[in-house]
Amino acid sequence: MKIIVLLKRVPDTEAKILINQEGTGIRKDGVKFVINTYDEYGIEEGLKLKEKLGGDSKVTVFCLGPEESTEVIRTALAMGADDAVHICDPALESPAPFTTSAVLAKAIKDEGFDIIFCGKQGIDDDTAQVQGGIAEALGIPQVNIASSFELSEDGSRALIGRRIEGGNEKIESALPVIVTCDKGINEPRYASLPGIMKAKKKEIRTRTLADLGFDEMPAAGRSKILKWLPLPKGGECRMVEAEEVSDAVKELARLLREEAKII
Amino acid sequence: MQLRLSEEERMIQKTIRDFARKDLAAVADQANLDAVFQDEIYRKLGELGFMGVTVPEEYGGVDLGTFCLTLALEEISMVCPATAIAVSVHNELANSIVLRYGSDAVKNKFLPAMASGRSIGVYAITETEAGSDVSAIRMSAVREGDEYILNGNKIFISTGDKAGVIIVVARTNADDRTGGLTAFLVEPNFPGFSIGKTEHKMGMKASTTVELVFEDCRVPAGNVLGSPGMGMKIALGALDGGRIGIASQALGIAQGAMDSAVLFARERSQFGQRIIDFQGTKWKIADMAVKLDAARLLVYRAARMKDAGEQCSKEASMAKLYATRIANEIAYESMQIHGGVGYTEEFRIERLFRDARVTEIYEGTSEIQRLVIAKKVIEEYEQAYPS
Repeated sequence: MKIIVLLKRVPDTEAKILINQEGTGIRKDGVKFVINTYDEYGIEEGLKLKEKLGGDSKVTVFCLGPEESTEVIRTALAMGADDAVHICDPALESPAPFTTSAVLAKAIKDEGFDIIFCGKQGIDDDTAQVQGGIAEALGIPQVNIASSFELSEDGSRALIGRRIEGGNEKIESALPVIVTCDKGINEPRYASLPGIMKAKKKEIRTRTLADLGFDEMPAAGRSKILKWLPLPKGGECRMVEAEEVSDAVKELARLLREEAKII
Repeated sequence: MQLRLSEEERMIQKTIRDFARKDLAAVADQANLDAVFQDEIYRKLGELGFMGVTVPEEYGGVDLGTFCLTLALEEISMVCPATAIAVSVHNELANSIVLRYGSDAVKNKFLPAMASGRSIGVYAITETEAGSDVSAIRMSAVREGDEYILNGNKIFISTGDKAGVIIVVARTNADDRTGGLTAFLVEPNFPGFSIGKTEHKMGMKASTTVELVFEDCRVPAGNVLGSPGMGMKIALGALDGGRIGIASQALGIAQGAMDSAVLFARERSQFGQRIIDFQGTKWKIADMAVKLDAARLLVYRAARMKDAGEQCSKEASMAKLYATRIANEIAYESMQIHGGVGYTEEFRIERLFRDARVTEIYEGTSEIQRLVIAKKVIEEYEQAYPS
């Protein structure tokens, strides 16, 4: 089975995010980059499926990102993935979600696939749009925010669990399918020392837009980020004090109506 | 010298950092309160490859080097210095000695289990009268046919009660003080071997420290490491690696203590401001940062030199002397910044403070390190300016 896992390189959750001066993105100096946390669940799910199936099943990592992405790709290989496709092109410095979807879908199609695992969203811009875009481009079903995954006994269908309010949902899907993973679906393994040593010898195939057959940027203009802005500073907090709670409530209502003018 | 970490080294650091902050941190406080050795942690470390760091792949290791072990010991010690003891001794002393001095039969029999962490190696030199003075070892080993008969006691042996393999140095010739010592590989199931008294220590409580008792303990002659009479050489040859290991452990303690101090000072307010905003706290933080960086440079240099196969006794001693000193200084100042709560078991700094103390004592006291350093420095002067 050809198992595909998608990987995004994102700033560390502990990194302090600052907007650059031009308002075109974040400041990258001094920021540590890691594998998108949710994608780690996707990698683990892919590796578990491969281990269960055995035989000639193979896990291939796909990552669209700058040159420096090789480090997070190598980490996925050290966890146990077999090889990787790194889509790296100066034109793709900060692609819109539709573009990323179109490019990844083409690369995945070229490679061949039976199932795709990834995180439910990137922890950087949280758009959660790329997965759906890939499903659309490849014409396959998509199941989001999976909390469990298994193959049916005959291996022909995917059985996916989702946590929903007040219970769990069980979904059966045809293959191929793209499954986006939630926290709790598994416990991602560490890259072991032997894994890190082996990863050095595993193949990372680099692809540019031209290699993938794109003459121009796909899905260009479908969406565009106009400007990045820092969060507004929090306003001052004013405490409303009174002997009786009912008086405080009246005073609060008066302030909201007369001063803040919001009710 | 390579100061920046390579991509591979950063990956190794990430693995052990994540493991330390998640798996190890989850059990460390309780393990140290209860003074219980964490078998499960060593099993997991073995699975991840950290119990066979310097062992070649043919014996199931990963054949990285001392620098990789330094990164691991540093990260482990930020969370639980006691856990680092067995990792250091096992890799730098037991594995290295078996690899270098074991016969092919011994290596094939023991190294794969050691490299995977299924069998923990310990190192037994110290006796009541012998410590840094290895030549004072009294424990006797008398050849009888295909065996040696060992009699005597070893004390202060880290992890001695959890060992699968024990490296023991004993006296095979009473008349030759330095050339009459021989190293043996002892298994705990050998007849005549038993565990004696358990020490109750000030810190490092999740690492057991015991006495080993040998009463007519029969060891096959094939388990001699190197050849008879090489015991002193083997024991001294292992010193550099052991010292870099403890220096790395001290570095982790210092980093852990500094992290606690800064994070605490940022949260704690007194007299209407965060205590990190007081100049007195800033001076402490600046001093800690400089000491920590200086220590890290010394430790990384020693580890890189050892991996390059260079003579590094002076550098290893310098790294151990300085890193263990500043670990104590930083732990002291960190507790001072914490104030009263830092003196309670609720805060990790209380444990790090106690754990730091022994680093200036074991694997050669600070005084012994100074003797090593001074001897080398004076020799260098003799060469540069012959008298």
